[in-house]
Amino acid sequence: MTTHATHTSLGLDSRKMAFWAFIGSECLLFTSLISTYLVYKGRSVVGPYPHEILNIPFTSVSTFDLLMSSLMMVLALAAVQRGDMKWGKIWLFSTALLGLVFLGGQVVEFTEFVHKGLTLQTNLFGCTFFVLTGTHGAHVTVGVLWLLTLWVRALQGKLTAANAMTVEITGLYWHFVDVVWIVIFTVVYLIQ
Amino acid sequence: MKSWLTTTDHKRIGLLYFFTAFAFFLIGGIEALVIRAQLAQPNGHLVTAETYNQLFTMHGTTMVFLALMPLSASFFNYIVPLQIGARDVAFPRLNAFSYWVFLLGGLFLNASWLVGPLFHAGQLNVAPDGGWFGYANLTERQFSPGPNIDFWLLGLQILGISSLAAGFNFIVTILNLRAPGMRMMRLPVFTWMTLVTQFLVITAFPVITVALAFLMFDRFFGTHFYVSQAGATPILWQHLFWLFGHPEVYILILPAMGIVSDVLPTFARKPLFGYTVVVYSGVLIGFMGWGVWSHHMFSVGLGPIADSVFSATTMLIAVPTGVKIFNWIATLWGGDIRGTTALHFAVGFIAMFIIGGLSGVTHASPPADLQQTDTYYVVAHIHYVLFGGTIMGLFAGIYYWWPKMTGRLLSEPLGKWHFWLQFVGMNLAFFPMHLIGLLGMPRRIYTYSPELGVSDLNLVSTIGAFLIALSILLFIVNIVRTRTQGQRAGNDPWGGATLEWSIPSPPPVYNFSVIPTVANRLPRWKTEHHEPMRDPPAAPPAPIHVPGGSWWPMLAAFGLPILALAPLTHTLWIAFVGVAVLLAGIYLWAFEPFEV
Repeated sequence: MTTHATHTSLGLDSRKMAFWAFIGSECLLFTSLISTYLVYKGRSVVGPYPHEILNIPFTSVSTFDLLMSSLMMVLALAAVQRGDMKWGKIWLFSTALLGLVFLGGQVVEFTEFVHKGLTLQTNLFGCTFFVLTGTHGAHVTVGVLWLLTLWVRALQGKLTAANAMTVEITGLYWHFVDVVWIVIFTVVYLIQ
Repeated sequence: MKSWLTTTDHKRIGLLYFFTAFAFFLIGGIEALVIRAQLAQPNGHLVTAETYNQLFTMHGTTMVFLALMPLSASFFNYIVPLQIGARDVAFPRLNAFSYWVFLLGGLFLNASWLVGPLFHAGQLNVAPDGGWFGYANLTERQFSPGPNIDFWLLGLQILGISSLAAGFNFIVTILNLRAPGMRMMRLPVFTWMTLVTQFLVITAFPVITVALAFLMFDRFFGTHFYVSQAGATPILWQHLFWLFGHPEVYILILPAMGIVSDVLPTFARKPLFGYTVVVYSGVLIGFMGWGVWSHHMFSVGLGPIADSVFSATTMLIAVPTGVKIFNWIATLWGGDIRGTTALHFAVGFIAMFIIGGLSGVTHASPPADLQQTDTYYVVAHIHYVLFGGTIMGLFAGIYYWWPKMTGRLLSEPLGKWHFWLQFVGMNLAFFPMHLIGLLGMPRRIYTYSPELGVSDLNLVSTIGAFLIALSILLFIVNIVRTRTQGQRAGNDPWGGATLEWSIPSPPPVYNFSVIPTVANRLPRWKTEHHEPMRDPPAAPPAPIHVPGGSWWPMLAAFGLPILALAPLTHTLWIAFVGVAVLLAGIYLWAFEPFEV
């Protein structure tokens, strides 16, 4: 990871700009998935149906956990920017840990649904629900790997305040994945 | 050899894109010739219906994703950094990654022609056969049990990643790596159209990614995204595909429009007429391209309101396109015209694209479209816009920039022969298709009976196709001859106005010995208010750092086709190998010291 201090036409870091473009692209990906979920809502010909199976209290806790991980991410970036690598390491690891907790929650949720008879193949709700939330979960997994990589680099002393941009971009990704979850939670769980 | 495999130089990657895409263009062309040979006479029996299905599917898929898009990409790579006064793209290794993913994705798709026996099927039995837009639910496992559609959907997923990576790269390059003084409204139009195209790429490709992912889940994991018995609707595929597909049409044509907008002023010795309007029209086309997709679906029966809305938007999008055409004509008007081959192709583009545009407007009317749907009339239209339009435009670019890319001028007499043969050939090949279609011949049917009364027209069309092949052969002769006998180009054989002509041909690895400062839109021309800029000195005043190559983009790229082999062969452990290769490539890439 090298620092990019080169002059750019817009005065923005090129990697950061590329990442914003990537996030724009990802918006279309999730919009397509969420639209499909909405289009197929209520069209399943066999159960289980959403209201029989979705566990709002449980998922609210997961959602809160993911929101808190975004807070940890903010603290991690602030720490790295001011060169406080001790707290930088702690917050980076906490962010990843809360991400892992969220993924654990998803595993528990998916397992419970399968036990209650909802699989990928059961009905349209199963198809759209698992593919949508699974895609989001895959994004969280990538984020966790990324955060842990940064954490290990920090432990090795190779991540310093000079790499704050790297952490900032990781944060962009993490917050984006978090925001997508807020939309999914609202659309899939809260508005049934 | 090693230096080409590890290259991160945008110019080398541009050449790699060109020769790879041109090879795929020839493969797609051969497929077209077999199709035309089959249809030369009624009741043809050169190929079976099954082979014919694979031929037209692979012809369409190859031309769109493996020939036209990457041929445009070869110019994005080679020319855009030169036009904006940059030393390379923003992310040179990501650029190499895009190329390798494209190459491997193309090989993956085309491997389907050869590997039939590995799937316990005959040769020529497992290539994709569901049409280039692969309508559900024909593509479901129930109706297409073989690996044919698997090759198609996995190949397209791989290629999508290549396009997306290139999209992010070129957006940042154009926005962020411009030379001092190169404001947005001073960018050459080709660079502008590249920017619009890349925005379409990064927004349209996620949609087909999702559509293909659903198909993948349906085929491999038994979901029901396109299965009507489960309450789903196969129309979902059509919506998602054309939501991608119509922006894709503009992804294919906007770069050619950009090329023509740069070629015409050079050979008319006149600034482009209405630069701002041409640029804004291009941007407007980019936006409006998102609002017309259902005109591909009038025959679905979406209802009068949807049909009316999409009919109106489709007619509306013809307006900015028409504006551009008038601007090009006005650019030529009163100019000091030099009839080079590049100009021939550029003017050919305008003429042929007008015909394709007009037949396009006829599809905008639902009652007329219902008559035309699935007939050869649609085939005529798509070939006028994509062959008469995009290919003509790309050849204008090839003749225009070949001297910049290789240092030698292509032969003009041979070029003219190429142009006229291709021009006559394409009109013979594609114009009769309008009539063939209106007379009732459906597309995608492997043969027809003499009673239909289209036998003579089909023969004419086939003769035209072989004339096109002959013209392409002349082009190949031309590039081979030019290698040794071509006239040296020098910095600027045409008197071009833009930055790429201020440096040697081919450019040195660092492009500009000194980064130029741009004062106006046509920096190398004398205008009322400006003296032409001084070209950068031949030798750099100080040593210039040039990034070394890297193996890791290629390694990461290999992860994707390996990953795709897992579902294709229904073998889980291959997926782990694919992911491991991909991760290894990404990590080695991320931690490699690489100073841009």
